[in-house]
Formats: sequence, C-alpha cells, structure tokens
Amino acid sequence: MKTFDYARADSPEAAVAAADEETRFIAGGTNLLDLMKLQVMTPAKLVDISRLDLNRIEDMDEGGLRIGALVANSDLAADTRVRSRYAVLSRALLAGASGQLRNKASTGGNLLQRTRCYYFYDTASRCNKREPGSGCDAREGFNRIHAVLGTSEQCIATHPGDMPVAMRALDVVIVTLKKDGDRRRIPIADFYRLPGDTPQIETVLYPGELITHVELPPAPRGRQIYRKVRDRASYAFALVSVAGIASVEDGRIASAALAFGGLAHMPWRDPAVEAALIGQPPSTEAFNAAADALLTGARGFGHNDFKLPLARRTLIAVLRDLTGDAS
Amino acid sequence: MREVRMDGPYRPAALGASAQGLLGRPVDRYDGAAKVSGTAGYAFEGAPEGTLYGHVVGAEIGAGRVLSVDVAAAEAMPGVVAVIHDDPRMPSGEANSEHAPKVGPADRIHHYGQPIAIVVAESQEAARAAAGAVRIDYAPSEGRFDSRAAEVEHDHKLGFLPTIRRGDLDAALAEAEVVFDERYATPVHFPAALEPHATIAWWDGDRLTVRASLQIVGAARTAIAVALDMPEAKVRVLAPYVGGGFGGKTGVGPETILAAIAARRTGRPVKIALPRRQIAYLGHHRTDTVQRLRIGCNRDGRISAIAHEGVAAQKEDRTFLEPIPFGTLPLYAGKVRHFATSLVRVDLPGTGAVRAPGEAIGTFAIECAMDELAERLGLDPIELRRRNEPETDPLSGKPFSTRRLLDCYDEGARRFGWDRRAATPGSVREGEWLIGAGMAASLRGNFTVKSEARVTLDADGRAVIETDMTDIGTGTYTILAQVAGEMLGLGVDRIDVRLGDSEMPPSAGSGGSFGAGSSASAVALACEDILAELARRMNAAPEELSLKDGVVTAGGRSTPLADLVRGKPIVASGRMGPGKESKATSQASHGAHFCEVAVNGVTGEVRVRRMLGVFDVGRVLNEKTARSQIVGGVIWGIAYALSEDGVVDVRSGRFVNPDFGEYHVAVNADVPQIECHFIEEVDDHANPAGAKAVGELGISGAGAAVANAVYNATGVRVRDFPITLDKLLPGLPPV
Repeated sequence: MKTFDYARADSPEAAVAAADEETRFIAGGTNLLDLMKLQVMTPAKLVDISRLDLNRIEDMDEGGLRIGALVANSDLAADTRVRSRYAVLSRALLAGASGQLRNKASTGGNLLQRTRCYYFYDTASRCNKREPGSGCDAREGFNRIHAVLGTSEQCIATHPGDMPVAMRALDVVIVTLKKDGDRRRIPIADFYRLPGDTPQIETVLYPGELITHVELPPAPRGRQIYRKVRDRASYAFALVSVAGIASVEDGRIASAALAFGGLAHMPWRDPAVEAALIGQPPSTEAFNAAADALLTGARGFGHNDFKLPLARRTLIAVLRDLTGDAS
Repeated sequence: MREVRMDGPYRPAALGASAQGLLGRPVDRYDGAAKVSGTAGYAFEGAPEGTLYGHVVGAEIGAGRVLSVDVAAAEAMPGVVAVIHDDPRMPSGEANSEHAPKVGPADRIHHYGQPIAIVVAESQEAARAAAGAVRIDYAPSEGRFDSRAAEVEHDHKLGFLPTIRRGDLDAALAEAEVVFDERYATPVHFPAALEPHATIAWWDGDRLTVRASLQIVGAARTAIAVALDMPEAKVRVLAPYVGGGFGGKTGVGPETILAAIAARRTGRPVKIALPRRQIAYLGHHRTDTVQRLRIGCNRDGRISAIAHEGVAAQKEDRTFLEPIPFGTLPLYAGKVRHFATSLVRVDLPGTGAVRAPGEAIGTFAIECAMDELAERLGLDPIELRRRNEPETDPLSGKPFSTRRLLDCYDEGARRFGWDRRAATPGSVREGEWLIGAGMAASLRGNFTVKSEARVTLDADGRAVIETDMTDIGTGTYTILAQVAGEMLGLGVDRIDVRLGDSEMPPSAGSGGSFGAGSSASAVALACEDILAELARRMNAAPEELSLKDGVVTAGGRSTPLADLVRGKPIVASGRMGPGKESKATSQASHGAHFCEVAVNGVTGEVRVRRMLGVFDVGRVLNEKTARSQIVGGVIWGIAYALSEDGVVDVRSGRFVNPDFGEYHVAVNADVPQIECHFIEEVDDHANPAGAKAVGELGISGAGAAVANAVYNATGVRVRDFPITLDKLLPGLPPV
C-alpha cells in the first residue's frame, strides 16, 4: 500500500472541496481498500464520506424513492418499500457479495465497483484499465469471466455489479455534486461508458464529483425478476445476470425492461431486445428473437464463448417467468 | 519410557475398558472456548516487544536470471530498517526435513514470485510500500509454464510411489470381453488454509525461536537448522495453534527462514504474514494432472486388468511427486495391475502435498471410471464394486488389517435410499432442475508414524500431556485429553494438553491423516506406564485397577488419585512406531459416499442437495471431531468436483486467480446437509489406539460421487474437472 493523505468530510460540499484529480472518496471501502492494498489503485488522497448525512431512503413526491449514496446494500435490500415495489433491486442486492460485505458496501460505491478482470488485479500484467497504454493481457489470456458485448481492442473487462444491473432496468437517476457546486442528475443510461480507447474512464463523472443520491422512478408495471448465474451458490460474480421487468396485457407483452450483467463493461441494455418483445404474445419465438437482438454483434474470446448460449438460455427462462401464468 | 513398535497387534488393556467412558464420545473441543473468544494465540500474535515487520519481495518474471538488485531507494523509505537480498542462506523455496531448496542470493529464477529480498520495517505498511521500491534487473528466458506442453518423463526417481507393472497389460486388455479406456484431467489446487502462512522469529544469543503456522514441528526444526546452517538443538519451534494447513504447511516456507535471517541482521524480532496472493507463490500447490484409466473385465464385470497412469508436474529442484494412483492400488480386484505417475518439469512454484495427495484426485479417475463401466455393463455401480471386492490386497497379497468397505456400501445405500435412484441418466426432472444421484468408494491408506508423548500426573491428581504434536483445527487437543482421561479416570477438565513446542517429545505431526492415531497411541502408552506405577502403589495388578473421576479402585479399596501421587508427580513417556505388523498387513480406511444433485436445466448450475457417507476408520476417538473431519473433507470434495480451479497463465507462469475472490472454494450456500456415519472396528494392527486415517478419507471419492450424480442427472459426462456450467451447457436439453 502506498502512503496517502486522509481527510474526513463533514458535508458533501466539504467533500468535493477537498477532492482533486488524485482523490478518491471512501465510504464502505469494500472494493477500494482491497485494490489499494494490491496497489492496483494508488490514490494520493482519500476523502472519507462515510459520516455524511446521506444514509436515508426517502419517498419522493411522484412516487419514487430517493436513496442516499451511503445507504448500505443490506439496508436497501431490506427496505419494505424496495422489497414491495422494486423487487428486482432487492433481489439483485441480495445476490451480490456476502452478508458482511453488503453491510458495509454503500449504494454510491457499488455503482463504481471496479472490474474483477484477473489481469486488472495482477499488477505484473498488462492492463489498459489499470495502466493506460500498457496493453491487454486478457484478450489472448484466460478470459472466462470477460465481456462479449461492447468490447474494444483495449479492454474486454466486465462491470461486476448486480445492483447497477437492476438499476439499469429500473432507469434510475444518479444525482451528483460537482466541485463547482453544481448538481447533476444523470440518467443511468448515460452514466457508464464503454471501454473504447479509454477503459480507465468508466463513468461520466468528473474528477472530484460525488454521488449523493440515486432516484428510483415510480414503481414499474408488471413482474420483476433478477436472475444471476454464477460458478458457486453465493459470493461469486455473475457469469450472466438478467434484471427483467415486464407486463402482459390482453395476451401481449405490454412493457419490458431488460438489463444484463456479466456481458459488458457496463450494465447492458439494448432497446432492440425490448422492441422484439413489446406487442408480441409471449412465445419461444419472441423470446428467441429478443435473444437474437441481444447477441447481435456479441463475440467471445475463447474461454468466455459459453456466455453467448448461456445468455440466450437465461434470457429465455427469465422471459418465461416474467410472462408466464402466475400459477 | 514405554515403547511399542507395531510388530504385532497391540491394544492397551485400559483403553476402552475403563470406567470413565470418555473415549469416542462427542466431547466439545478442548480449545473451543479459547478459539471463539480470541484468546488462542496464532503464529502472528503475541509478538515480543520491538518486533519488526517483514515483507518478501518476489521475482517479477517466471524464468531467467537476476542481473542486479538495487535496494537504495527502498532503504531510504520511512520506517525501513533493513532490506536484505545478499544473505548466503536466502531460500529459493519451501524446505522440509528431507529437502532444502537451493540457497543463496537469487541468481536463477525458477518461478514467478521466487523470493529475492526481504524488507524489514517498523510497520507492515512501511515494509509493503518499500517492497515496491526494490529495483531488480532481470535477464528473462523462455519458461516452461504449460504443464500440458512440457516433455513427459516416464523414467524418474521422484515421489514415494514407484511405477508398478504387474502382468502383461496389453495381452490382458486384448483378451478382455470389455475394455474401458478414458482420460481425466484435474486442475491445480491451492491448500487454501484460512490462516495465512505466518512467522515470528527472534534470537536470544545464538538460540533461535520461531513461532510459525506449521503442521509438523519436528521436521520444521530440522529444516530450519539445515537452512540456516546451525545446530538443531539451538532452534526452538512453536506452533500452539494453527488455522488450517491442508498440506500447505507440512514444510517450512521461505518466509520463516527469511524472518530468522532478518531478525539476526536487525537484532530485533521479525514477523511476517504472507498476503493471500503471495501464498500461492511462496507455498506449494497440488499439481494439475492428466490421468488415463484402463480396465479390462468380462461381461459380468469381473476385472482382469486395471491400469491407472497419470502425469504430474514439479519444479526443477523438488522431489515430491503427487502419487496419482495411490488410492487405486488396493481398491479393486484384478490380476494385471499397472500404476505409474510420470513427470513434467515446469518453471512454476513447487507442487506438494495438498489435502489427500493421490486419493483426492486419483479417485476422480477410478471412481468415475467404475461408474461409467457399470453403466456400459448394465450393472448397478455398487454391484460392480461388490463383484470386484478383493479378499486380500490385490497388489501385495497381504491380508487387510480391517476392511469394512462392503458394509459401508450396504449401510450407505440403505440410509441414502439408493434403490430409489433412476438408473437412466437425465430422467428425473423437477421444474427447471434435473435430479441425479451418484456414489463412489472412498479409500485412504493408513500410515503409522513414530510418535512420542509425556504424561505427568501432578500432585493435585491432574494430568498434563506434552508432545510437539500440532492441532491444525483437527481436534488433537481434545482427543489426546480423551485418551488420557479414559485411561487415568479423569474428566477432560482435569487434563492439561500442551502442544506445538519442539522442546516437547517429538511426534508424528499433522499430515497424511496419521496424526491422531499416532499421537494418541503415544499418550496411551505413557498412560500405561502411569497405571503400572499406580498399581504398584496400590499393591495391585494394573488390570485390577478401575479409575473414575479421580478415584482409583482396586481389590475393594478406593483411593483418590491425588493421595496416590503423594506430592511427587508421576512422569511417564510413551513412544509408538511402525514395525513388522505395519508391513505385514494392508492398512487403509474405507468408506462410501452418496450424493444427490440438482442441475439447472437452463444454466447448468449444479447444486448439491445432500451427501451421505459411511466410513470405516478404526476406532473413533471423538465422534464430533471425527465427524467434523469427514464433513470438512466432503466439502473439499464438493469444491474439487464443481469449482476449485487454479489457473496458470501459460504465457507468464503466473497464477490467474490466486485469491479467495476468484479461486472458488465452497461457501456455505454450496454445502448441503452432510450425513456422516461410522462403522467402528478397532484396528489393533494399525496402532495401539486402534484408530486409522480420518481427515483425508472424507475427501477421497467425495468429488467423484458428485461427478457421478451430475452424470446421472444430466447424461453429460465431464472428465475435465471441475465440472463448471460451461462444460455442461452443450449437453443440456434445449430451452
């Protein structure tokens, strides 16, 4: 671990004021501290935001919920409003990490979780995300957990989160505070970036910009499912995960929101998948068409080729559960 | 000193015949309260005043030479006391009593992470930060990182298991009505003990004390003395509590030697705990293997020939070799028998003993092969095994000391409900889930290892047991107290057990599942001597004594134990070692595993629903700790079958996943109800305690039972372990 400065902020304004280019905010620290011990991340300064007053879940006027950035994953998952109205979010949270980690991990921090690419973690390896321009050892290496959608020459890493996948399906808005005091409301659809030529830049946040809240829109119609496929029953990252929300009216799919984890550098959502479903009667043909839309342009890198059939099968099973008879 | 070599069957009269009724009972752990309350001091705890922290600097290339080491920048960093890279005794790898690695400042790099230097600082953070500032120039060379691509050597002298070629295999297979021939592969396994490798070393003049996380104290002392070129008598090794070993702590890691060197150089105690990722490089792992299993039999399934051959990897200067077919040797009948482990040399960290070397992975081949063969023959897997149950050891012709394997099959099948298994694979479905059942035999060879203990009956009538034996979470403290309590008529609360100190009588140590039987026997023998002395003081024959709750009764007279001691402690020692009987009989523990799995028909995810096993382990010393040993082994078996997979990047010689995040041991949610039953038959041929191998028996065959159940559920036979979902997907029904 490299030496770093530490400051404790007593307000969001003080936090952003204390931050500069080399600063990281620390809340739960469940990902950041591990990466600092390994010297994968070496911030010059940590600004501790864990004591800020951002740990409430509040009702919004239009029927949504406003989640403080410091609300712990466990608390968010257990909130009765979240459980009853946003089951997909509660399920996704509980599918992640372990009980101890969920008690510590924060909502804001979880949005910014770094990839689990083996080569990102191993500082002896080449990694454009860790050290821009150094190369990528994953493409030709062991890439079983890597992305099949939206990859670039420079990076094939995945976003490892579960909560953000559910939030992507729920169309949350991420509220931030910038260094200049401005607030931004960023739809999650615009929040993450594909790796492209700059895989080290994962979101649209500016340096020193602090996530203060996440806003959930009013609860969606229909059923909600989060299905996570992984190598062991708990405490493993998704090989493929699907956050699905859909409603059926008069025998036809009236609405659908589908987001995917484990497939890309960010929680993946493709309007073509939903377009293939809306207006159709639930059927294997429609589900396969949705899977075709999802996997158009998908490619494996060897060890992760299995993610293509796995994503198709999982999506179809999720769609069946979302649209099937309630019995 | 009462010394017994196992030249014939031996059972202390007082063992199991006493009034105390302690032996075998599920007594709570002697050290349980200390462990859960945090007062049990592990290797890294309880450091002397002024202790410094060490961090090992490892090579950043997988093969080549070190050209220069520049420590100036590191030495100048805050809190740094010394950076050592030039000591002539620098270890290049792990040592044990038979083998010391090449020493001296690193020149040739044999594997990535090989120790180059040690940074010593006032804090762990300062040492770690400075480690990054050590500048090393290398001349890299082409490394042999791919064990599957390296040249295979059939003629080598590594390992304890020689090549065995009994009879003409080609002829036997040509004559056989049915020939089975398949290949299996298993990956690298890390020992994965929760407590990291850790050491505190300090000097008092020319005497060295090392407190470390070790499985075998005596061998460690020898290895440390050899490595540091000093007399053994001046080395003291302490390992009072060990947070799991799983074979990974059978030797002495370079961090222990480096701590001693650094403590000498700085004149202050030095402690080192290896970070998780570094353990993979400074400790050892289990080799990956490829195995070929050939069986020739007639249409009734009677085996005429069996050949189990495999390839194992090792680095250049180590002599261990995974005994791949070891568990197959005595398992099934068959006249023609070929067993061999070939070698590939690789430029990777050393391979070594990890959780049942041989059996843990060899059973994947033989026990899946028997399952496959049974199906081809149209036989029940148990019936095929029954038809090939040998009457005597099929290789050596020796009688079995005890062997209740058929009883394990029968009892296990009855308890599991084996008769309800659908023989046709892929035929049972519950919604999305495909349900299947499988079984496998379990066998672990029994070793008898020389072991000594001292028992003191003090003036208060309390007993003190001393031996350098370790308790690596297995239950040694508890079972030794039970043996002494049983024989001396004392409750566990009247017994003190002191372990893990090289100043105490030398024991077998923990490894190869020989610890319990061997060390318990030494304690039993010492107690026999105490009983003889007590009998003399009672003017009675030892067999007349009855001891219970601190009172000795003989010939109608009862006397408190403390009164008999009369103010002067009675001290006795026992020593047990292997003898003619150990060679005259074929000794092993046996069992049968049964498993039910559910495989998700959509995703291929495997969930083990229940496991049940019946085991023949000789005398059960403590029903609770023995059961825990078996359950732990079964859990490892589940993980070997489904998830543990150490991956080497063959381009660099680095491990891809050397941490608990991506090296998937089983977690609680993966572990279902596990039932463990014992068929107890005291084995007087094995050792005076009559107890045989337990710890590694639970692993042996457990994974194969899971694999066979997965096949039964899906009809997909995966022979390349672990059975991850990607390997099942192509064979699953369409969605």
